[in-house]
This record gives sequence, structure tokens and C-alpha cells, in this order.
Amino acid sequence: MKPPPFEYHAPRDLGEALEILAGAGPRGKVLAGGQSLIPMLNMRIAAPDHLVDINRLGALSSIDAGPGGVTVGALARHAEVERAAPHPLMVQALRLVAHPVIRNRGTVVGSLVHADPAAELPAVLAVLDGSVRLARRAPGASGLPDGVVTRDVPAGAFFTGPMESAAEPGELAVSAFFPALPPRTGTAFREIARRHGDYALAGVCAVVTLDEDLHISAARVGCVGVGPVPVVVDVTEACERRPAATVPWQRVAGAVRERAEPDGDVHASAAYRLHLIGVLAEQAVKDAAREAAG
Amino acid sequence: MTTRLFGEPVQRREDPRLLTGQGRFLDDLGSGALAAAFVRSPHAHARIRDVDVTAALDVDGLIAIYTWEDLPERVGRPLPLLIPHPALTHGRTAYPLARETVRHVGEPVVMVVATDRYLAEDACGLIEVDYEPLKPVVGLEDAVQSGHLVHEDVPGNIGAHLVQEVPSASGLSAGEAIDAAPHTLSFRLDIERSASTPLEGRGVYARWDGADLRVYSSTQTSTSVRMAIAAALGLPLTSVEVIAPDVGGGFGVKIVHPWPEEILVPWAAMLLGREIKWTEDRREHFISSAHERGQVQHVRVGFDDDGRVLGMDVRILHDHGAYTPYGIIVPIITSTQLLGPYKLGAYRVEFSSVYTNTVQVTPYRGAGRPQGVFCMERTMDKIARHLGRDRTEVRAANFIQPDEFPYDQRMTFQDGRPLIYDSGDYPEMLRLVKELIGWDDFERAPNRGIGIGCYVEGTGVGPYEGGHVQITSDGRVHVSTGLTSQGQGHQTVFAQIAATELGVPIERVSVVTGDTRRFGYAVGTFASRAAVMSGNAIALACRKVREKALRIAADALEANPADLEITEGIVHVVGDPKAAVPLSTVAVLANPLRYAFDDEAAKATQFSGQASGGASPDRPPVAEGDEPGLEGRDYYSPIRSTFAAGMHAAVVETDPLTAEIKVLRYAVVHDCGKLINPMIVEGQIHGGVAQGIGGALYERMVYDSHGQLVNASFMDFLMPYATEIPHVETAHLETPSPLNPLGIKGAGEAGVIPVSAVIASAIEDAEGVDIDRMPISPSELFDLRG
Repeated sequence: MKPPPFEYHAPRDLGEALEILAGAGPRGKVLAGGQSLIPMLNMRIAAPDHLVDINRLGALSSIDAGPGGVTVGALARHAEVERAAPHPLMVQALRLVAHPVIRNRGTVVGSLVHADPAAELPAVLAVLDGSVRLARRAPGASGLPDGVVTRDVPAGAFFTGPMESAAEPGELAVSAFFPALPPRTGTAFREIARRHGDYALAGVCAVVTLDEDLHISAARVGCVGVGPVPVVVDVTEACERRPAATVPWQRVAGAVRERAEPDGDVHASAAYRLHLIGVLAEQAVKDAAREAAG
Repeated sequence: MTTRLFGEPVQRREDPRLLTGQGRFLDDLGSGALAAAFVRSPHAHARIRDVDVTAALDVDGLIAIYTWEDLPERVGRPLPLLIPHPALTHGRTAYPLARETVRHVGEPVVMVVATDRYLAEDACGLIEVDYEPLKPVVGLEDAVQSGHLVHEDVPGNIGAHLVQEVPSASGLSAGEAIDAAPHTLSFRLDIERSASTPLEGRGVYARWDGADLRVYSSTQTSTSVRMAIAAALGLPLTSVEVIAPDVGGGFGVKIVHPWPEEILVPWAAMLLGREIKWTEDRREHFISSAHERGQVQHVRVGFDDDGRVLGMDVRILHDHGAYTPYGIIVPIITSTQLLGPYKLGAYRVEFSSVYTNTVQVTPYRGAGRPQGVFCMERTMDKIARHLGRDRTEVRAANFIQPDEFPYDQRMTFQDGRPLIYDSGDYPEMLRLVKELIGWDDFERAPNRGIGIGCYVEGTGVGPYEGGHVQITSDGRVHVSTGLTSQGQGHQTVFAQIAATELGVPIERVSVVTGDTRRFGYAVGTFASRAAVMSGNAIALACRKVREKALRIAADALEANPADLEITEGIVHVVGDPKAAVPLSTVAVLANPLRYAFDDEAAKATQFSGQASGGASPDRPPVAEGDEPGLEGRDYYSPIRSTFAAGMHAAVVETDPLTAEIKVLRYAVVHDCGKLINPMIVEGQIHGGVAQGIGGALYERMVYDSHGQLVNASFMDFLMPYATEIPHVETAHLETPSPLNPLGIKGAGEAGVIPVSAVIASAIEDAEGVDIDRMPISPSELFDLRG
């Protein structure tokens, strides 16, 4: 359980980091919090030739909450975001991410790029329709130094498969944007894990908006652990624009189960996960509607 | 009066050191040593065609690569079969490095030595082993039905087969008694694999100075490792020292010895003339150390209207993995300890111990008892359900009564001696546990259940342990014993015993364990035996020292030894505190000196007039039959094991929607005879219960049909966290053992033993479905609900 040889880089600014990443191409890997990468290196599951440690890029630690939403820099740790509490659903999700010592090191953007379909934050980004900003080196025009170009990838396009994201070799995810909630909107995160802090067997985050009569006018859920990428289901129609008390919950659960494609593994059967995702969807939508009603 | 420390909840003296990171574990030693790493089989069953090391030879820092062909004849022999038994007709052990065939994923094939572990692993990755895959045997049914063989010369994969049968008082066989009974039941039970998984894995560090070999090993038995190394390497015993440094948990896996690495690392250190260290990593531990628990049991039982068992027949298939270095101790314990606190009419138990292409099975805390107790306690619950009676009533109807001790179960126990219980009070224990959990007032509610489980545990198995006690001229007491410590609290409890026996403050007592330089004769720390065995040996050694101290002090004080007592380290005449001499001075006087190296020593020199015997020019300074110094050594060797017991009860709640299982309350009544330190006993019980809950609800070794262990990491092997363990309420009962001077019984394994049975009992009560498999996950409970 010792990593194979790699070249370690500790760039001091973004330009330097992007230059190294550009040079390394597919043989490069970014080290931020290291909570997934280091174990993978130790188990020799990952064997990059170049490890680009971005921990000296202090400018990437920002957490900016604006009226439109929250922008989280690539070095913002789970624990920092949890404490800053810039977005209710992010806080609800972060409390379910692993254990405090892991949250002290692990980063929100790192979780997104790692793209584990059992992780909470990808589902949050997906249900909120957020995006990830990717930066790469742009060769400067003749005689000028190299520049930086960025592109914003919406969540729906960012998660491309289990542990696979749209970030290309040479790109660095510099931030993620989580849109703010509309008025009269509540959120919730429910999950079932075998042990406290484990990856969930199944999980559901919900965003519910009520109209002035407190009827559900919009409801979306993001599901964890029931497909290769976070599964977002719009259950507005299934809620039938009713107040939470009279929503036909079986229909909501059914709508979610229809979209879920869980696999069985050593911890739970596919049938059990499918059952759970419906139960959790009902609980999460109820919780979110209650929060929206204030 | 000296404070009587025996029986007091003295704080663990080892904790400040261990909790502040000052422990010295195996990997903390030998920072300059070369590192060893192993190429391990990726196949469950394969023939080795060729090993090509060419590519690895270019790795910078590579020192050596060894395969089985490189080993001298003596080193390359199969590892010893530690506990032979006549029923183990086909015992098989592994070679230190695989010879021709690998029989489980993780079996070591090539040893690499390099300047550090990183480079050693780089080299391992470049060694190409050409395997011819063979059909793997995975799972008990596959082992007996598939026709494929783990060992070509072991027909049917049956390593051992043993039947023990006890007829009823009227001479009926178990089968006849069952057939004649008013009620009968038959059913099948399944228990999956788990493992010890100590926080610190195994590890070996060896250095050779050209004449003597010193080996550090994270082991539960340094004396036996020493003998095994001396034998394998052809060294005189006196040239080998083995030391167990701080050991981060054992739970059974480290009593097995010698592990391949315990032979190979010292051998290579001698060959290369360099220090070498190997530290096991977590994946290695999962796939190459040892597992336990896996059994299938077929039960038939006959009983009367009160639930009294008239006859019971149990057939066990025991999964032994690929090899049997530790013999058939585990299924023997299952077979015998299954009886628990009960007296049955007639009993027949039969086991087949079968080979599979999986990691070998050796004792893990509980050592076969959790399976046996699961079997018996499931049986009791099923009888109660069949008869519509309270589950505790049925148990009580079968109890051995307090006036029936010693009670002979008429079987042969794991020590080869008769299974005779020495003492106990099971009805009182049941009363206590019912009171603690509130059995009679339990409020029934949907998805809430209450469960109970009882067990008896043979502890303090022989053959012997020893203790050495020396009081030095500074008044300090140095205790040593040969068995090892893995966190149990030996530094505290052995000091409590010595302080109480000698009348000295505990601060003056130090304890050394597991170092063959200090004490060479020992068996090891396993089978809940350390307190019983070494505790009594140390007490006996202290009594020798005390007697000598009183004799010397009586001379100095011109008093009768019978009139003396020792308080706070000072010998004085009872009722006359002024007529006193400190033990430090007694130690000086006990050792007649020629040279005065300090003021104290001057008292013992030839012209001082004070030295023992020195007052009389007609007697030799050291009397005939006496020895210089204030020290003593003694051994304790019991005629047979002493039997501790316990009863646990739990309340669980199951989620009607998600099938999650939550343990709301957990109560333990425990009897390990006289308590040396109730706080440490409770700690042992808490830890045991936690491991038991792991076995009941979380832990399993998941092998796929190819023999790959698919959850070989702490990500997927679910050891419960503190957050999954309920508060454990405990009460003690003390029925002293008549077998040893201190009246104590073992407590190390106790907590883990009945937990699966208790949790199954409670879930069954909550859900109304049969719980016949352990562990059980929410997903499985969901399936059972249908």
C-alpha cells in the first residue's frame, strides 16, 4: 500500500498549474484534498506520472455567496463550506459526507470531479442545475504569454459516468456554481448508509417550491447510488400541485423508482435499493415541502 | 492495612503512554531496516508455471528476490501443524512461499527485499508469475458437492471429521431420545465469515549480529515464535530472542505462528546480514492472515412440554479455508461450548471440517463459541415459540443448578480434558439480566423486539504460565511473565495482583510481558487465559518473595516472621510500627555484597554486620538452599479450564419502511469469578459486544465464485464505528473458581460470544420471521419480509 513513483508538482499560481497539467495531459492528476486520490494511489489503483498539488493556489479557497447562487473555489474544504453555510441544501448534504476529519481535508469541487455516483455533492449540483468551471491553458498570441480559458459545464453534462466527469486532460476544475433557491423553496437530504458516514446505499435530495396557497408548484429530486450518475427526477407532476398533506406519495415514489437503475452489491440488493429510493424520495420531498412552508 | 488493590477499578496505567502516541509498535521500530514485500497470488487456485523476475531486476534499491526454490530445505518445509488431533486425518499447512500450487488469493509466492517499502512494491509489480488457473472451491456446499479438490490428496475436501455423543441418563442415544420426545424440530443455521481485523496488522522485524538473532513480532506468543524460528533456522534456542513490542490488537489472529513472514524475514536477515522489516498492510491482512466463523449447522431437537431438551443432534459443516495450521480447535469449541449453561438429555454433535480455496480459518475472539451459542440459543427460542412459552422460562427449565457443580458435561474439551464446569449460578444470572433489561415489563410495540442469549465459556486453558518477581534495592518491584499483551491492561492488573500480594504501592510495580529475554517459558495470550494463568503465577511468585522478605526482615528486626506484615512497602511488626524495615533494605540485605557501590549497598558488605547470614561467621553468607536477591519465580498449571458465563439481552427496533435495524438497549450480566479490576473487565465486555454487533449486523467476508474476496478493505468490510454501538449496561456476578488461588476466570472473549444470538432473538421478536442466518443486513431483512 505504497504509491507507485510519480513526479510531484507544487505550482504557486494558476498559470503554472495549468501549464503543468497541459504538459502532463492524461498522465497528470490533480491533488486537492486527497481523500479519494491518496487511497487510490496507495492501492495502486491510480498511477499518474504527474501529481499536481494545487494546495498552494490560495485564490481557489473562496466561497462567494451572491444573489444568484454560491461559487465555491477548488480549494474550499467541505468543513469550511459547511461552516460558511452559503446554501441550505449544501449544508444538509455536507453533514452526510463521510466524517469530520475527512471533511476537514476533502474539497467540494474535488468531490464533484471524482464523480462518485454514491456521493452527495454531485446529486446536489445536479438537482440545483449548477455547473462546474473548467480552466485550461490557452497559448498566447505571438510573443504574448500564455493565457487561461475557461468553460462552464452544466451538471447535466458534467457527470458522464461512474467516476467520470467532463473534465478533460489538461483541465482544472477551478470552481463550482450552485444556484440560489427561488422564494418559498425548501430543501432536504435523506439517505440510508450502513454505518454513520458511509457512502449511502441510496439517497435523495429534494428541492420543493410552494405557490402562495402552499401547494407544491415545483419539485425535483436528485438521487444517489441508483445509477451511473446522479439521477434527477422532476416530480412536480406526480405531486399534482397539491399541498403536501394530500400528495399521492405512492405516485411520487413510483415516478422516482421508474427512473432509478440501481445495481446490487455486497451491501444491498438492487431490489432493496429501488425500494429505498422511493421511500427516501417521499421523505425528502415531505421534508423539503415542510421547510418551504417555513 | 495496605490498600487492597485487587478488585479495585484502578485506571489503566498503560493508557497515558498509548493515548499520547508514545506506544512503540512494530512499524515504529527499525527505521533503518530494509523492507520486505510479497507477491501474493491473485488466483484462488492455480498451478505456478513460471516466475519471471527479469523486469524487477532493474528497480533501484532492489536487494533480493526469493521464491520457494531459493529456500534451504529446512526453511522451505511446510509450516508446522500446531495442534494435531487424531480426528484431523488430513491436516495440511502452507509452505512459507507457495510451492507449485496456490490455494487462496493472497498466498505468498515471491518475497522481495529492497531499501524501502515503496521500491519493494515497485519490484513486486514487475515480477511476472505465470499461473495455470485451477477450479476453485468456494463455499461449504461447493466444497462437499462440487467434486473439485483444494488438496489433491484430500478426498471430498474433508480435513477432519469428529463425532462426540453423550447418551441420556437412561442410556438413549440422541437420535432415540429425539424420536421418543413429545415435540421435535429440525432446522438449518448459517453463519458467515468474519475476522479479527486488529487495528495493527502483523509485522516482523529481524536483526542478526553474526551470532544472535533478535526478532520483533506483532504476535500473541513470543516464546512460541522463538521456538518456531529456532527450529526452522536450525539455531540454538539461546541464540534467538523474540520480543512482542506494543501490539495493536490481536483477537486471535496473532496466536497463529509461525506465520510465513516470521520465518522468511529472519532467514533473509541472516542471509543478507542486514536488518529487515515487513509490515503487513490492510489488504494483505484481509487476504492472507486468517478468518473465522463460517459454518452451516443442521439441528434436530426433541423436547418435552416444559421445553426441556431430551435429545439434540447437531451436524456442522465447518469452513477451514485452505490450510489447518491451528488444527480443529474452532469446531471442537463450537461442538462443546454449544451446550452453554444447559444440561441436555442426550447430545450428539458431528462436524466435518472442510477445505475451501479461501483464507485459512483460525480462532478469532470467541473461537467457535459464537457459532455454538447461536445454534443453542436459536434452538431455545424455537422451542419457546413452538410451545408458546416465555423464552427465559424454557432456558431456566434446562439450566444446570448451583448445587450441581462441578458439573460434568461428559465430553472432551479443547484442552483434551473433560468438559467439567467448575462453578456458576445460572438462575441468579438470568434473574439479574431480566431485571437489568426489564424483561417482564417490556412494552410490546410494532417493530420492537427483545432478545436474550446465554453462554458458558471455558477460559484459562493450560498448559501453564509463569511469573517472575524481583524486588530491587530501590524498593521497586519488577514483574515479568512470558505471555504477551495486545492492549488488555496487563500492566495494570498484574501490578494490582503484585501490589496486593506484596503490600507495596502500585506505582512501584512495573510489568514486562512478551519478552523472551525476561521470561522464556510461556504459552501465549489467547483463550481468555492471561489473567487466570499469569495472574495466578505472579501471585504465587509474589508469595515466595513475600515469605523470603519476611524471613530476612525477621532476622534484621529480631522478630518472628509470623508477627510481621508489609504495608506501603515497609515490613513491620504487627502493632509496633517503629519496629520496621523497608523492602528496599530487605532487598539489600538479601544480596550479600563485597563492594559498596552506594550507601544502601554498604549495608550488605562484609564488615557491616547486617548482611543476611553475615552476622554469624559460622554460616555462609548465602545459606544452603537459599539464593541471593529478593526474587521469586513460580508457575501455575491448572488441571483444566475454568468456566465463565454470561447472559446478554437487547431491545431492537426495526424500521417498517427501510428495514434498518437499531439496537436500542444492550444489557450484560457477566461472571468471571473474582474481579481483579471491574473497569477493565467492563472495557473488555464493551469491546467484545462491539465486535459481536459487527458479527451480527455488519461484518462478512464476501467471496465471489472465483474465490476473490470482493470486500477486502475497511470501505466495504463494515467494522462498526462507535456510532453503531449502543450503550452497554453491565452487571457482575462473582462465583469464584475453585480451581485457582485467586478464584478468577477469563474475561477477554466474553463480550462477543452471544451477541449474534441475542440480536437474532430480538429481531425475530420484532419481525415475526425466522432469523436463521448471521449477519443480517437491512437488505436481507427486507428480503425476509417478502
